[in-house]
Amino acid sequence: MNLLADLVRMSRENRDFTALVDAIPYLKFLGIGMESVNGELVGKMTYADALIGNASLPALHGGTIGALLESTAIFQALVESETLVLPKIVTITVDFLRSGRPVDTFARGTITKQGKRVVNVSVEAWQEDRTRPIARANAIFIVEPFDEG
Amino acid sequence: MGRAMTRTRQDGSGNQDGEKPPLDPLVLAQIAEAIASHVPHNQALGIRFVSAEERCVTLALPYDEKLVGNPLTRVIHGGAITTLLDGTCGTAVFLALREPIPIATLDLRIDYLRPATPEKEVHARAECFRTTHNVAFVRCEAFHPGSGELVAVANGTFIIFRGKKLGHRGRGKS
Repeated sequence: MNLLADLVRMSRENRDFTALVDAIPYLKFLGIGMESVNGELVGKMTYADALIGNASLPALHGGTIGALLESTAIFQALVESETLVLPKIVTITVDFLRSGRPVDTFARGTITKQGKRVVNVSVEAWQEDRTRPIARANAIFIVEPFDEG
Repeated sequence: MGRAMTRTRQDGSGNQDGEKPPLDPLVLAQIAEAIASHVPHNQALGIRFVSAEERCVTLALPYDEKLVGNPLTRVIHGGAITTLLDGTCGTAVFLALREPIPIATLDLRIDYLRPATPEKEVHARAECFRTTHNVAFVRCEAFHPGSGELVAVANGTFIIFRGKKLGHRGRGKS
């Protein structure tokens, strides 16, 4: 029993992730939120100048795009599993497809395999045009079946 | 930090940029420091330059509560490690190229070996071990200084926009 587990349970039941996102400092720092859009969980990273990696273009830092992909994958795994513990990332492979322009960025994850302990998530990020992804990733997480903190 | 990664240029494959005479370590350090501190998001995370050698660079990510990804364990988010690794790899490519040529990350694979310890700084050391005309190959390790305990390892590839000037077209380091 802990506050985080309660937040996870609440988020899953209400499909409202605001309180859980607010509990994670790094997501607030990056301006990442999770929204339910037409029944889909969509991660959104609101543009801020501090996200820039290349000031002369300008372009988003690849790390921030990686962070959005990873966070969206974590929440997708949380939504579709029973766990009350944040999934632990084991590995992520990110393909950077296009430069991240200085605008809001979105991401959507799909569970490709849900095992008892291992969850594979495929996740894609885009900006104005969803058919032109700027990055995609495969991530593997370990989920604990029970709440052990 | 005599890690496994220091096997440089033993593969006999040669490098597009490998034949240049060694640079003064001080010059290398100045280049790396300029690159690392030029990036707004690196500054936002407090990432700073530690040291540089030929084709290699070490950057540091200080622990900060704002980077926490799990409020229960206070472990920093994997995304912050991703940013450190990506930035360190990119800086190593610039060191290997020695010219302000725009580059962009093509892919980055990260294995998270263990959670970073709360309150401890994370260092990342990247080596650009091969460059071709178009592509640079980099490996990187993230670890806690002192203990040397590995937190994550990464392999990255970067596209090199030869013939373009930094700040013009191309994706640049992003």
